[in-house]
Amino acid sequence: MSDVFVIGAGIHAFGRHDALSGLDQGELAVRAALEDSGLVWDDMQFAFGGSSASGSADALLPRLGLSGVQFINVANGCATGGSAMLSAYWAIKSGEFDVGVAVGFDKHPRGAFNAQPEHWGLPTWYGETGMMLTTQFFGMKIQRYMQLHGISARTLAMVAEKAFANASLAPHAWRRTPVDLETILQSETINDPLTKYMFCSPSEGGVALILASEKKARELGRADVKIMSAAVRTRPEGSFEVFAPSLRVERGRAPTELAAEAAFAMAGVGPEDIDVAQLQDTESGAEVMHMAENGFCKDGDQERMIRDGETRLGGKLPVNTDGGCIACGEPVAASGLRQVYENVVQLRGAAGARQVEDARIAYSQVYGAPGLSAVAILGRT
Amino acid sequence: MPSQTVVSAMRMEGEKPVLIGGRAKDSGAYAFPMPTGPAAARYEETALASEGTLWSFTVQRFPPKTPFKGELDPKKFKPYAVGYVELPGQIIVETRIKTDNFQALKIGMPMRLTTDVVAPADSADGLLTYAFEPV
Repeated sequence: MSDVFVIGAGIHAFGRHDALSGLDQGELAVRAALEDSGLVWDDMQFAFGGSSASGSADALLPRLGLSGVQFINVANGCATGGSAMLSAYWAIKSGEFDVGVAVGFDKHPRGAFNAQPEHWGLPTWYGETGMMLTTQFFGMKIQRYMQLHGISARTLAMVAEKAFANASLAPHAWRRTPVDLETILQSETINDPLTKYMFCSPSEGGVALILASEKKARELGRADVKIMSAAVRTRPEGSFEVFAPSLRVERGRAPTELAAEAAFAMAGVGPEDIDVAQLQDTESGAEVMHMAENGFCKDGDQERMIRDGETRLGGKLPVNTDGGCIACGEPVAASGLRQVYENVVQLRGAAGARQVEDARIAYSQVYGAPGLSAVAILGRT
Repeated sequence: MPSQTVVSAMRMEGEKPVLIGGRAKDSGAYAFPMPTGPAAARYEETALASEGTLWSFTVQRFPPKTPFKGELDPKKFKPYAVGYVELPGQIIVETRIKTDNFQALKIGMPMRLTTDVVAPADSADGLLTYAFEPV
C-alpha cells in the first residue's frame, strides 16, 4: 500500500468555448497537468477518463500518444470525474502502479439536461407528464428543508452572491462578474424557491490530475499534496434523490452522509479539521444542505453561518472558493475534478486573491444523479 | 371527441381516478409505480389512498424538453406545480398539482386525488394523468 499524491493538476477554463470541442478541452487539460508535473504522456502507466456528452474519453489517445497505456472510460453521472480520480487513487494505493492520470471533460448543449425515462428504468409517462426534471428535485428538496430547518430565501441568495464574488478571483471560472443580492432574489424564478442566478448551468471544460505513489512523488520533488482519503457512496433506502416517482414514508439517510463519514474515518480527521471545502452546489440550496450532510454543521445552523460570512473567503470555513458549480457551470464529467483542482491550488498556496490562509486540509464533495456522492480529502504535507 | 391516453399509473372507475401502486408480497412495503419486469412477481397490484398531505412542492416555470407532452413553446407554456404527497402509512408519491394558486401551496396541507390533462396549448388531445389538488 502506498500513499497517493497529486503531482500535477491542469484545467481548461470552464464556460462556453465555441471554437473548441469537449475533446479539445480534455486534451488541453491533460497537457496542462503533464506540464505541471514535469512528466510526459509516455510516463503515464494508466489513465481513467470520463465524458458524459463529448464522446469516449479514450479518443484522447491518438492526440496524446498511442503509447499502449491502459485507458479506462469511466461513466458515473455527475460523479464521473470523482469516480475517475477514485479509480486512479486505488490503482496507486494498491501498489500496482506509480503514476497515472484521471481526466474528465464535457461540452453540453445549452439549457436544462434532457433526461429520457427509459434510460433510468422509469415509465415514459414520468417524462411525458413533465415531472422528470433535475431542477424540480432541487426545488423540492430545498423547499422542504427550508420549512423544516428555518432557512430563508435570502440565505439562498447569499450563497449565489458569494459564488460570483469568489469566481471573480478565479481565472478558470465562467461567470466572473459579481451579482448583488437583490438582483439574485428578483431574477426570474426557475423552480420555486430557486431563481435563475441560484442555479448552475451546463457548461464546458476539462480537468486532469496526475497522481503518483509516495516513492515517485518524492523522486520528482512533488510530494506536497497528499490524498488523505477518497470515497464514493450510493443512495441508501429512504434517501431523497433526483428522478424518484415515490419515496418511502420512513425517511433514511443521504449518500453524501455515508461518503463523508467514510472519507473522514479513512483520513483520520473530522469536519473541524477542514480549512477549505468545495461542496456540490448544483444550486444554492444544494450547498446549504450539503454543509450539513457533509458534517460541517447541524441542520438549520447554515442560516446563521452564512449570515455571519463563515463560508466566505476569510471566514471560518470558506466554501466553493472558485465559485463552485454556480459560477463555473457544470461540465458533468469534469466538475468533480475541478473541485479537487481548486483544492490542490489552495493547498499549494497558489490561489492568489482567493487563497485561504494557511490551508492545510481541503475537502471536496460531488453529488450526482441518480443518487451518489464522492468525497475526497486532501492534505498539505 | 378529444382522444386521451391514460397513464399506466392510474385507472378510471367511471369519473373516479384510482392510483395504482404495488405492495411487496413479503414485507408489505408499498411501491409506486407498480414495479415492472422481474420485480413485478414480488408485488401485488394495489389501489393507493386518494387523500394525503403535501410533502414538498415546486413550480415548473419553463417548458420541459421531450418527451414532455405539454406545450413546448416558451411563449405559450403555462407554469404548473409538481410535488410529493404523503399517503399516510403507504408511500409518498410524486405528482402534478392541479392549481393556479401557487402562493397558497403549503407543506402539510391536505390534498386529494384528481386528474389532469397534459396537452399542447391548442390541442384537446393529450395525456390523461393523475394529479392531486388542495382539498
